[in-house]
Amino acid sequence: MKKSKAEPLFHIVKRDVLPWYKSWGIRLAAIAAALIVCAIVTTITTGLNPIKVYISFIQGAFGSGRKVWITFQNMSVLLIISLALTPAFKMRFWNIGGEGQVLVGALATAACMIVLGDKIPNILLILIMTVSALAAGAIWGLIPAIFKAKWNTNETLSTLMMNYIATQLVAFFTIVWEVPKGSFTVGIINQNTNAGWLPQLFGSKYLLPIVVAAIVTAAMYVYLKYSKHGYEIAVVGESEKTAKYVGMKTGKIIIRTMILSGALCGLAGLILVGGINHTITTTINSGQGFTAVMVSWLAKFNPITMIFTSFLIIFLERGAGEISTNFGLNQSFADILTGIILFFIIGCEFFISYRIVGRKKSGNAK
Amino acid sequence: MFDIVAFIPRAIGQSVPLLLGCSGEILTEKSGNLNLGIPGVMYVGGISGVIGSFFYEQKCAGGNMNPFLAIMIPLLCSLLGSLLMGLIYCFLTVTLRANQNVTGLAMTTFGVGIGNFFGGSLIKLSGADVPSIALSRTSAFFARSLPFATNLGWFGKIFLNYGFLCYLAFIIAIISALIIFKTRVGLHLRAVGESPSTADSAGINVTKYKYIATCVGCMIAGLGGLYYVMDYASGVWSNDAFGDRGWLAIALVIFSIWNPLIGIFASILFGGLYIVYLYIPTGMDYMEFKELYKMIPYVVTLFVLVLTSMRNKKETQPPASLGLSYFREER
Repeated sequence: MKKSKAEPLFHIVKRDVLPWYKSWGIRLAAIAAALIVCAIVTTITTGLNPIKVYISFIQGAFGSGRKVWITFQNMSVLLIISLALTPAFKMRFWNIGGEGQVLVGALATAACMIVLGDKIPNILLILIMTVSALAAGAIWGLIPAIFKAKWNTNETLSTLMMNYIATQLVAFFTIVWEVPKGSFTVGIINQNTNAGWLPQLFGSKYLLPIVVAAIVTAAMYVYLKYSKHGYEIAVVGESEKTAKYVGMKTGKIIIRTMILSGALCGLAGLILVGGINHTITTTINSGQGFTAVMVSWLAKFNPITMIFTSFLIIFLERGAGEISTNFGLNQSFADILTGIILFFIIGCEFFISYRIVGRKKSGNAK
Repeated sequence: MFDIVAFIPRAIGQSVPLLLGCSGEILTEKSGNLNLGIPGVMYVGGISGVIGSFFYEQKCAGGNMNPFLAIMIPLLCSLLGSLLMGLIYCFLTVTLRANQNVTGLAMTTFGVGIGNFFGGSLIKLSGADVPSIALSRTSAFFARSLPFATNLGWFGKIFLNYGFLCYLAFIIAIISALIIFKTRVGLHLRAVGESPSTADSAGINVTKYKYIATCVGCMIAGLGGLYYVMDYASGVWSNDAFGDRGWLAIALVIFSIWNPLIGIFASILFGGLYIVYLYIPTGMDYMEFKELYKMIPYVVTLFVLVLTSMRNKKETQPPASLGLSYFREER
C-alpha cells in the first residue's frame, strides 16, 4: 500500500483464531468508537448536547414497560428474518430477497383473513393462514433458487427484483381490498370479530413473536450445527467444487435451503400481519429484509450471536427514533446513526482477522 | 391516443438517472467491486447538490444569481458528496477487505438516511424562512434546453429539449465505454476485475485501480441523483421520491452486459417501462391494475437476467472476481 520502493512501513499478517474475549473486545471498542463519532455527528448537525442525546437513546428503547415490550417484539421479528436468511448465506447464496419473501407471506396471511374470516372456525383459519404464509414465502425463495441451480443466475440481483415484484403485488391487492374505497389502505382487518388474529400468550400481546423467535433460534442452531442438512450447507458454502466432488447434489441443496429460507421469511410475514399489525401495507416490513442481511452477517451466521446483533440494531433504531421525536428531527436520523455504527463494525472485522506488523528496526531499511 | 412525441422525451428524462447510475456501476464492477451502495450514493449526490444550491439561493435571495455559480456549486457539492461515499466504500472493502454486499447495504441505509434526513430537516437546521425546499431558480439553470429547440417541431422536442446533464449522461456513457474497451487503462481495469492476482503480477497497482474506478463510478452515479432533483423534479426535494431507481440502475448493469453503450439503449427502454403504466388506459374503476403495470421493469429485468445466464456466453458474463476482495497474501 505504500508507494516507496524501500520495505514498506508495515505489512499485514493473517492472525490465528483470536480467543473469543479478544475478538469481542475489538468489536466493543469499535462500537464505542462508533458511538463517539455518532455523538460528534449529532452535535455538529443538530447542535444538541450528546449526553442528552444518549440519555434519550436509552429512554427510547427502555423508557417504559410498553417500550421495553415493543423493543423486544421488534427485535424478535428482525431476528426471525435474520435467522431465515442465515442458511442461505451460509452456503454463499446472497438472498437479498428477504423483504419480498416477508411481504408475500404477509400478503397470503391477509388474503386468508379477508377471504375466509368468519366463514370457518378460527383455529382452522389460523392453520390455513400459517400454511399459506409459509408456502408463499417458500415459493418466493424457490424461484431464484431454481434459476441459480439450473443456470447459475446471479442470485443477489434476482432476489432483489423479486422484492419489487412482491411490493407491487401488495400494492395491487391493497387497492383491491381498500376500506373505504379510495383510501389506498386496507385498515384493520376483522376489527370487530378478531378472526384470524393470532392468539395472545398469557394475556400479553407482545409475547407471541418473542416465543416464536426463541423457538426458531434454537431450532436453527441445532439444524445448522448438528443436522446432515446443516453440514451440507456448510460444505457448499466453503467450496462448491468440494461438495460436487464428494457427490453432493448442490442444486438440490440450494433449492431445499432456499425453500426453508423463504418459508421462515413467510413466517415473519404471518406474525407481522396476524400477530402485530392486523393490516397490510407495502411498507409493513420497513426494509427489515435488508437490515436482516447485516444482522446475520455481523453475527458471523451464528444463530445465538444473532440475538445480540438484532438487539443492537433494534436498540439503535428505537433510540434514534426517540431522538427524532424528542428533538423534532426527521425519522431518518436513525438510518444515519445505524449506518455509521455498521461501518465501524464492518471495518473492525479486519482487525480481528489480520494484524499489522511494523517494520523491524534492525531490518534492511535503506 | 398514444402521443409518441410526448412519450419519448419523458422516457429519456426518466432514463438519465438510470444511465448515470448504470455507467458508474459498470466502471465500479469492471474493477471487481460490486457496489450495492449505489442507491445510497445517488441519494447523497442529490442531497449534497441540494444543500449547496439551497445555501447559495438563500445567500442571493433578493438579487440575481450568477448562472455559472448556480450550476457549479451544486455540481461540485454533489461530486464531493458521492466521492466521500466512494471513499468510505473503498476503504472498507479494498483496504479493510470487508464483505462487499454487507458494506454496500450499509452504505444504502446510510445514504438514503442522509438524503431523507437533510431533505426533511434542512430548513429547520439552517433556520431559513421558507416553507419547503423548492430550488426553482437553480433548477431553471439546470433544465435550460437549447434556445432553438422549440422551433424545430418534433425533432427539437425529441432530441434537443433537455438540460445539459442529460447530454452529459450520454457523453459519460460513451467516454466510459471508450476507456473500458479501447485504452490501455481500460485493459488494466478489466484485468483487475477478471483476475486481480494476474494483474498484480503484471505490475498493475490493484488497490489504485479499484479505488479510482469505484470513486469515479460513485461520482458519476451521484450525478444521477443531482439530475433527478434539479432537472426532472424541478428543484423540489421530497423524501423517498427518488425511489428504487438506484436498484434499477444496478439491474441495468446486467441488462446491458457490462457495456455502457448498450446501457444507453437499455436505460431509455427502462425509462419508458418505468412510466408506461401512465399510458396504459385503465379507467377509474380499475386503478389497481396500474400497480401491476409498475411491475413491468422488474419482471423484464428478471427475465433478461435469467436469459443471459442461460445463454452463458463468455462475453456476457460478469467480471470473474466480482464481489470478492483481493488479498495479496492469500493468492
